[in-house]
Amino acid sequence: MSARRIFARPASFAAIAPYLWMVLFFLVPFGFVLKIALSQTAIAQPPYVPLFDLWGGREATVAAFDQLSIENFKLLISDNLYILSYLRSLTVALVSTAILLLIGYPVAYGMARLPQRWQAIAMMLVIVPFWTSFLIRIYAWINILQHDGLLNTVLLKLHLISAPLVWLSTDTAMYIGIVYSYLPFMILPLFATLAKQDPALLEAAADLGASPWQAFWQVTFPLSLPGVGAGALLCFIPVVGEFVIPDLLAGSNALMIGQTLWLEFFTNKDWPVASAVAVVLLVLLVAPLLLYERLQHRQLEAR
Amino acid sequence: MASRRINRLTPFNVTALALGLAFLYLPIVILVIYSFNASRLVTVWGGWSLRWYYEFFNDRAMMDAAWMSLRVAAVSATIATILGTLAAVALTRGERFKGRMLFSGMLYAPLVMPEVISGLSLLLLFVALDAGRGFWTVTIAHTTLTMCFVTVVVQSRLGAIDRSLEEAAMDLGCDPVRAFLSVTLPLIIPSIAAGWMLAFTLSLDDVVIASFTTGPGSATLPIRIYSEVRLGVKPEINAICTMVIALIAVVITVASFASKLSRAQGENAVPL
Amino acid sequence: MAEERPDNEAAAGPAKPESPVIEAEKPEALPAEPSQPEPAAAPARPEPAAAVPARIEPQPEPEMPLLRIEGVTRKFGNFRAVDRVTLDIRAGEFFALLGPSGCGKTTLLRMLAGFETPDEGRILLDGRDIAPVLPHERPVNMMFQNYALFPHLSVKDNIAFGLKRAGMAKADIRTRVAEMVALVKLEGLEKRKPDQLSGGQRQRVALARSLARRPQVLLLDEPLAALDKKLRESTQQELMELQRRLGMTFIVVTHDQEEAMTMASRIGVMDAGRLDQVATPRDLYETPASRWIAEFVGDINLFEGQVGAAEAGRLAIATRDAGTLYVAEPRSPLAKSVVSVAIRPEKVKLSRRAPAAEGTSAHAFNRLEGVITDVSYLGGHTTYRVKLDSGAIVRSSMANTTRIVDAYAASQRVVAWFMPDDCLVLEQ
Repeated sequence: MSARRIFARPASFAAIAPYLWMVLFFLVPFGFVLKIALSQTAIAQPPYVPLFDLWGGREATVAAFDQLSIENFKLLISDNLYILSYLRSLTVALVSTAILLLIGYPVAYGMARLPQRWQAIAMMLVIVPFWTSFLIRIYAWINILQHDGLLNTVLLKLHLISAPLVWLSTDTAMYIGIVYSYLPFMILPLFATLAKQDPALLEAAADLGASPWQAFWQVTFPLSLPGVGAGALLCFIPVVGEFVIPDLLAGSNALMIGQTLWLEFFTNKDWPVASAVAVVLLVLLVAPLLLYERLQHRQLEAR
Repeated sequence: MASRRINRLTPFNVTALALGLAFLYLPIVILVIYSFNASRLVTVWGGWSLRWYYEFFNDRAMMDAAWMSLRVAAVSATIATILGTLAAVALTRGERFKGRMLFSGMLYAPLVMPEVISGLSLLLLFVALDAGRGFWTVTIAHTTLTMCFVTVVVQSRLGAIDRSLEEAAMDLGCDPVRAFLSVTLPLIIPSIAAGWMLAFTLSLDDVVIASFTTGPGSATLPIRIYSEVRLGVKPEINAICTMVIALIAVVITVASFASKLSRAQGENAVPL
Repeated sequence: MAEERPDNEAAAGPAKPESPVIEAEKPEALPAEPSQPEPAAAPARPEPAAAVPARIEPQPEPEMPLLRIEGVTRKFGNFRAVDRVTLDIRAGEFFALLGPSGCGKTTLLRMLAGFETPDEGRILLDGRDIAPVLPHERPVNMMFQNYALFPHLSVKDNIAFGLKRAGMAKADIRTRVAEMVALVKLEGLEKRKPDQLSGGQRQRVALARSLARRPQVLLLDEPLAALDKKLRESTQQELMELQRRLGMTFIVVTHDQEEAMTMASRIGVMDAGRLDQVATPRDLYETPASRWIAEFVGDINLFEGQVGAAEAGRLAIATRDAGTLYVAEPRSPLAKSVVSVAIRPEKVKLSRRAPAAEGTSAHAFNRLEGVITDVSYLGGHTTYRVKLDSGAIVRSSMANTTRIVDAYAASQRVVAWFMPDDCLVLEQ
């Protein structure tokens, strides 16, 4: 009988392989991050004092617990470098998300108001750049923004400036890069909610005396808030931990936390501190992550 | 005003769209054009030339990295597609099982998880397991990341398929596995293919996770491009990027052509 | 199709050996060789072992119904979607489960198909409990409400789907599909995909697909709900004719009482998970078991009142809204003192003056005086709403047998009258 039941409900059994995979390669690694974050730096390969041996028996485990150190976390608080990094990351993520929303909303709105046939084409046009390599797109901007790049050349030709401006290695360049890379992630959820809206709602609002402007703010916008939330989280969370874009486009006087982690890990070879940085970053992101997971879940359940 | 319809093209809409799309495409177009520039100076137009493509094909290290990247992308995309599809099936068709919340959480989180964290944590795992780093560690890392994207793509399609189709198949004599294979699978094949392509391009694109999980001597193409780019713009990189874009464009075109073709076959079968 | 044919001849009909995989199939159900089954009253016995695999061990007794539902309950959380339903369905019957949406009729049907499992009770098919039998092993097929046609398969492949699963030989499948296509008149459309068909054509494909395996019982979930009115009516006729020709057992779920009454030989009315009444269409309409059923099936005027004295086969009931009404004395004494008198609108007649009493008895018929407030001309008949002096409304429906203008106009004073024998007394 039980064999028959299993046979009748195989869908849950499809979960086994991906479940094990994600536990092994997603969940368990976080345990290692935490473990290394609590261990001490050593000049060795790998560069940390091995903490405990799972197979060492009970006494070894107890002894290992005594060795746990929160030195690395103390360092994070005491050293300005880390706090400034975290703050810069959060600021950059907030500003970028706001810019993305300001640019993405009108584009998504314009797409949703296109005739049905054109909507699919417009959506393709937004997705296709996302398919082309992200690294290449950042590189393309270096081409444009560099000292003798296209932007300065054009501005000079138009006599808008008299001498080439410095674009590269500035925050402006970094924001351009972030907005450029993440725009599809903002547009698509916004478009999804906006396109779902029944145009009759706006007609009803107009019928009831609302001006187009009022109709937008009282009907369209409130109804699109789930899309705004999804888009904002989809951009905010990864931007906080962004590495490549600030590394290639921003100056080196202020580091985002992703760069700091990278520096600790690859240049300073301080794995325990890098792990501690990752742990704190993860803790900072737990709230938005949970919010995002909630939103994803609800959207998929609602189908 | 000719029409009072709400779904209309106002100058504002058109402008917003045009500016948005220009912003998305112009940098890529410029990059492609400059890859054919004969001049060594990236900004000076020296006429059309394929010079930088020759340079790339004679650059042993770059070619090795490209080959490594293609293999990683193909293998990881394939495993990710299998696992991601299974996960999507479990999430949309499975009953409530223990740890389902954790399961879906683990599948959604990597979509937004900062890459530095994913990369670091996987590296620490591989070090702890004493796994020799190289092709397989990068492949596993990419599989873990990209299977989540596959899950989301396949899941949204599965959710749109009427469950009564599977019930009808069972009613007509299929056990649940057969019902899935003969009815549901053919209907979600396009999104499975889309999931594979997405996984492939994401893998082909990744710098951060690959940097953490790869070993000495097995750099991927993005790692190479990245280290070159840090030193400044080189025409050869333009050429490589153009070829990557071309490869992806070909994959997308073939895929959309294939799906159009399979649809058209159904229509041509009409005897009328 | 009224040919009489002895059963043994039908059994000898197809010369080729039948595919053994389609379990429990009845050779007389061959669409190509349609034969008249025995009348529904006498349950058709399953054919002996030749075509039936050994799985069905107990030979059902002659009185055994094809399908027996015993105290079946299905709960969703605390909600009882199906509540202790007991029902017998005989072989060859066209049975309708009628009820408003959410009454549990579809859940009951899905339990028969095997997509839901009863929490309590048993379902016996041919005397065998089918609880452990998975959907794909049941000799029962279902036509889904939205048809559930496989969008990636052609009409032909949709119909052949179940046959392939049964492991039928290629040539046999081809023959059977051709039979089915002819049966539902879809010739020439075999290669089309579902999205290239009209709603009516899709409905036919779904029907052919569910019939192809020759199930013992065909379940139809709102089979005509997606069709427009004209098409629905002609399809009802076709379904009935098909059922008669195939001699198959049909169980149809519908919320449309007219549809149930047109097609079914017996109707089970469900409300809030319970099976309230099982009856033929005529009995359901003329002697509904409760006020609820009386109101659900067709239109009815209801007057609540106190039971009074009986005299000469007439029972007086003192109603608040319509004075004393006389009804035929029920055969069994009433259990309650407060009851409802029910009269169908078409049995209420109108006249300008009270008709002369037929015979001498004062209570030969019921008379109610009032003013017409509404006249609804509906083509075949006209419905009048008469407001009584008490304020209550009586509806009367009169067939338009001639082309004259409506006999009565709004605000005209009339007498509404009806015979005691046409009245119903409902206790609940």
